[in-house]
Formats: sequence, structure tokens, C-alpha cells
Amino acid sequence: MTKLCTLSEAISQFVHDGDLVYAAGFTHLIPFAAGHEIIRQGRKNLILARATPDIIYEQMVAAGCARKIIFSYMGNPGVGSLRILREEVETGRLEWEEYSHFGMISRLQAGASGLPFIPMNQTAATDLESANPNYRRVRDPYTNIEVIVLPPLLPDVAIVHVQRCDAEGNAQIWGIIGEQKEAAFASKHVIVTAEEIVEEEVIRSDPNRTIIPAFIVDAVCHVPYCAHPSYTQGYYDRDNLFYLNWDKISETRQGIQQYLEEWVYGVKDRQEYWQKLGKETHQRLSVKPRWSVPVNYGEY
Amino acid sequence: MNYSSSELMTVNAARLLQDGDTVFVGVGLPNLACNLARRTHAPNLLMIYEAGVVGARPSRLPLSIGDPTLVSGSTLVCSMYEVFTLYLQRGNVDVGFLGGAQIDRFGNINATVIGDYQHPKVRLPGSGGSMEIAAWANRCYIITPHQKRRFPEKVDFTTSAGFLTGRSQRLATGVRGKGPQAVVTDLGILQPDENGELILTALHPTATLEQVRINTGWELKVAPDMQITEPPSEEELRILREELDPTGIYL
Repeated sequence: MTKLCTLSEAISQFVHDGDLVYAAGFTHLIPFAAGHEIIRQGRKNLILARATPDIIYEQMVAAGCARKIIFSYMGNPGVGSLRILREEVETGRLEWEEYSHFGMISRLQAGASGLPFIPMNQTAATDLESANPNYRRVRDPYTNIEVIVLPPLLPDVAIVHVQRCDAEGNAQIWGIIGEQKEAAFASKHVIVTAEEIVEEEVIRSDPNRTIIPAFIVDAVCHVPYCAHPSYTQGYYDRDNLFYLNWDKISETRQGIQQYLEEWVYGVKDRQEYWQKLGKETHQRLSVKPRWSVPVNYGEY
Repeated sequence: MNYSSSELMTVNAARLLQDGDTVFVGVGLPNLACNLARRTHAPNLLMIYEAGVVGARPSRLPLSIGDPTLVSGSTLVCSMYEVFTLYLQRGNVDVGFLGGAQIDRFGNINATVIGDYQHPKVRLPGSGGSMEIAAWANRCYIITPHQKRRFPEKVDFTTSAGFLTGRSQRLATGVRGKGPQAVVTDLGILQPDENGELILTALHPTATLEQVRINTGWELKVAPDMQITEPPSEEELRILREELDPTGIYL
């Protein structure tokens, strides 16, 4: 059964005010187009979870979509701080819940695996443990040594961008696979956005590359360039220049509002956004191909 | 020869790496140090990035920890849960690099907040991977400019553990890693003594003891056999400037 729909339909059906949202992707494949659509549809009081909130969550917070953020590294990767998020947290306007990367993805792993909690070895650094009551300790029943435990993270909806997907939602990713699979399995609903919608045959030609099976997917949206200014391995490069520029754009609220007016509210969808970026940017972000050697699955 | 303080720190950090080490690499100067070591004395350095990339051979300078250049030509890509469990928690990482806003007398690191946690004066990015790297990598190295505000007697928040309040304290927690082995600054190198307290074990030829003392927030001890570091060589600087960071993003 095809689950193809527009991104606007998918957001409207599966992202509700107050939901816990996990827009997946560690640097790679961050679904910016979905974040922009959520802003355009005016969602409120969301709880936004991501290991690295990145610019996507800063934009959503600045647009007034969120009441709380769950994270493990709140910076502009390679550039510096996320100014608005930092200010919102410093002034206490935004609730937050903090983990280490390992804590954050362990929570997803627990959620994805149907576990009541997940153990981790001690780290000797106990301040975060004291600050966040979700960190607990239990004794290993075999050795009697204390381990750290965390509860599962169970988002209402995960949004996952992929290179290719069939109409039912069998999705393939290559390059950095971060926490996409775990986020999808942990969540009640899954929206997949894809650079390309392919025939089921293409998926079946390389099943080892499929990380999300169709039966956990609710909506499939064809959204080329969904990840910009993040990237899609083999399709377009990370727009490092934009990440550097964001540091200036986000110096003032007004700067961000102007950005949102022009690039989020001012465009209908991702296609219009991508056209608006212009040829020079397209050129700058284009990637030379580097093909893998095909593998032989054998005819049985 | 002229060189910047970033070049000085990078070269000295690279020299701490051994051929055959498995390194959990961070972006910025640690990335440069690892790639420099691999092109000089440590050709068999195995580079792992927390995004889940193993055996990376980046052909350009990555701005972020998840740059696509890390993937193309690497030997393996895995999920983040796997990189933190199969590689780091399991004990397969020799070296981790750490950074932070504050490093204290016992090598504890703060990358979380200045001031009170609930009402921070300055909110910093937070742990990322560093809480577990500091605990579980066999050896940890820190690269940071030498300034008094960065070297307080005690950190405001322990994001990643050094020796806590002394070497025996860390040992008592049972964490597998041996803790910070060196802090490379633009003035010299600090290393833990038998008690886990950071002391000055090497001074760069361009720096003075007095400079180090006034830029450290505790009464810094000096090792009786303190060394003077070798200045960066022409070849090390050439690789850094021509091959690794030709546009001078970090240097």
C-alpha cells in the first residue's frame, strides 16, 4: 500500500501540538524541510528531542513551536554556540533535559528495543546524574557493581530523511547512520522523507542497506534537498558556509525573524526554497560521484 | 621559524600519539593533530569519529564531526549506539581528545555551565561524547589555550571526569580509562603526578615559567625534570599549512 503524500499532509496528520518530536540525523540527513513545514503550520508546545539540536531546532524554537528541548550537545557544530537556544535556556524560558550523547542514544535504543530501561557503565562524572533525575543507578545482579540506567525515549513522531525509499516506506540510508533506525523504532509514528522514491525492485536489489521497514512507517514524502543546509551523502554537500553565516544571522532576534520570513514563511515548500537558493549555491554543493563496487547477492 | 599558538599545540598533541593507536577524533585541532601524526610518525593510526565512522581518511578539513568526507573512503560506518558501545565502552579506543571551557587541578573538565546548573551564567554546549570518552578511552589528551579562566582550581561542573579530587578517587569508581594523560597548551604541557594533580612537565621554547604560573588558577607545581619541547619542524608545519588546513580555518 502506498503511503506517498506531500510533506505538508504528513506534518498536518502526524505532528500535533504538544507532541514529543524526534527529527533524526547526526549532522547527516537532518530533515530541515520538515522543520520548516512544522513552523509554517504553526505547531505549538512541542518537546523537541535530538542529540544535537542543530540549527533546525533553533529555528523551531525561535518560531515559537517548542516548550522544551531534550539534547546532548547544544552547539553549532564546528562554529560555536546556538545563540537563541542558549539564551532561552539561560533565561529559563525554555525547559530542558540534558544527557551525554551516549545517554541520549541509549534512551532511543531502549525505546526501539522495547526495554523498560537500559544500563550503561559508570563514567565517574556524576554532576549530570545529579542534575537530571532520569539518571538512576541499579546494582548489576551478577557482579553487584552499580551501573547507570536510563528510561526509554518514546517520541510521538520521528522524522527521518533518507536517500531512497519505496512508496510503502522501505527506506535505505548510506553514509552516517547516526540514530535514525533507533529513532524510527522508538516512535509511535514515523514520517520518512526521501531524496528519491524508487521501485520496490531497487530496494530488494540491496536489502542490507534498508534500515527502516515499511510496516513502521506512516507517511512517505518525496522531498529532494530536504536536508539543506545539512547534507545527503552522495547527493549534495553540507552547506558549511550557511552554518558559519547562521552565527551572524542569529546574533539578533530580528535577524532570525527576517530569515524565517524570507526562507520559511516566504516559500511554499522545499522545491521553492531550493530554487530560491540559486544556481551558485547548487553548484557549490554539488558532489562528484564515488561509486561503491556492487556486491553479488546470488540468485537462489 | 614563525608559527602560531594553534600550530604549536597541534604539533605537540600529534607527537603524543603512537603508531597503531586507535583514536576517537574530535573536530578542530584534535582532527589536525591526528591527521598530522598519521602523515608523520604514526602511519597506522586508526581514526574513529563519534558520528560512527571507523578508519576515516578525510581528504579535506571537516568543519563538523559528521562531515561526508569522513565517510567516503573509510573502512566502516556504524550507528552511534554501536560506536559508543562496541568501540568505546567495550575498551577498543586507546586515545580520546577532549576540550572544554574549564580544566581544573585534577584534570576534570567543564563543558556544561559556568555558574549554577539550574540558573547558568553561561550555558555551554554540554557533554556530547566527552563524558564517556573521558571515562573509557585508555588515555585522554586535552588541547586548550593557557588562560587563567580556563584553569580554575575547581570546575563549576564536572562534565567529564579527570581524577576527581585525586587519583585514588578515580580508581575507586572502577572506570576503565586511565584518565587525562596530558594537557597541551600554547605555553607547555601539563601532566598528572602520582596523585593525579596536573603539574608542568614541559615548557615550549617560546614560553616562560612565569607566564604559565600567572595563567593557571592554582599553585602550579613544576616537575623536577621539566623538559623544553622541540619547536615544530619545517615538515610538520608544511603538512599542516599545505595539506591539512590550507585556508587556515583552525591554524
